[in-house]
Amino acid sequence: MAAEAQFHVLAVDDSLIDRKLIERLLKTSSYQVTAVDSGSKALEFLGIHEDEENEASIASVSPNDDDDHHQDVDISLIITDYCMPEMTGYDLLRKIKESKSLKDIPVVIMSSDNIPSRINRCLEEGAEEFFLKPVQVSDVNKLKSHLLKGKAKESQPNINKRNIMEEKPSPDRTTTNYGGLEMV
Amino acid sequence: MDGVVQLQKQLVDYIASLFHEGFLDEQFNQLQQLQDESNPDFVVEVVSLFFEDSERLLNELAKALEQETIDFRKVDAHVHQFKGSSSSIGAHRVQNVCITFRNYCEEQNVEGVEPWHRCLKCLQQVKHEYSLVRNKLETLFQLEKQIIAAGGSLPAT
Repeated sequence: MAAEAQFHVLAVDDSLIDRKLIERLLKTSSYQVTAVDSGSKALEFLGIHEDEENEASIASVSPNDDDDHHQDVDISLIITDYCMPEMTGYDLLRKIKESKSLKDIPVVIMSSDNIPSRINRCLEEGAEEFFLKPVQVSDVNKLKSHLLKGKAKESQPNINKRNIMEEKPSPDRTTTNYGGLEMV
Repeated sequence: MDGVVQLQKQLVDYIASLFHEGFLDEQFNQLQQLQDESNPDFVVEVVSLFFEDSERLLNELAKALEQETIDFRKVDAHVHQFKGSSSSIGAHRVQNVCITFRNYCEEQNVEGVEPWHRCLKCLQQVKHEYSLVRNKLETLFQLEKQIIAAGGSLPAT
């Protein structure tokens, strides 16, 4: 058994490829990962129905039920795609923030589209970070501080530094700097 | 061991050319770096998922553009997915044609047959770029297989 408890991250993305990627990225950083393909599955996993709070259809024994805070599984962080059918990452974020039992879990949003208004909306709603896809090792490295501090209201929200430019077909990139990556 | 060394050089050169010609970008390097002894087939697995997903999306796009009345939002949704998946594996040129394709989809409030023609053209371009990168990647994986079969190890990226 590891000396320190592993952080358990819930990843939400409707793209199978991206789920595989984020799972690998997170596991490389020694996180335990559960990946689901929709917001509703995420809520189900977290133990709440979309409409009701603290009522889980999943029967579970919760030993430390003192504060009416009830979470079926101990999730340290939720990382979700923005563009998903039925429930967007933003909708999921809102539901999590509206839930007494879940609102303190840090949430990170991922998106392939660089839309400043979208980014701001998510950050205002309480997302800790907004990652542009494809997510990099350097992005995942940023998660540690959120996980260690718990919900830290004083931490500055970050957008990973990518070209905040109008999207058009890019010329072949020459060099890109993704921070210190270790060569295998 | 000469054969292995030659194969390894061939592989390194081949990958370099794919980057140089814009078929692949930095994201592909990222994938390779996520591969290790505990996940030795990671890149092949992800790329295989990409191939499956792409075939499906190309079929959906062809169907969507055959309709009497074209639902451009549906077309856009498929292209958006394709753009995402190609970006996730570093298929740079495919990603770029998807971006152009989406821009046309967003402009489709033009009357007449022009938008449809442009979308069809875009679809052809996406198909073309996709089949190019697919061939390249399959060749790459073949080379890797040969090296491993000959007892060599894959060069570090």
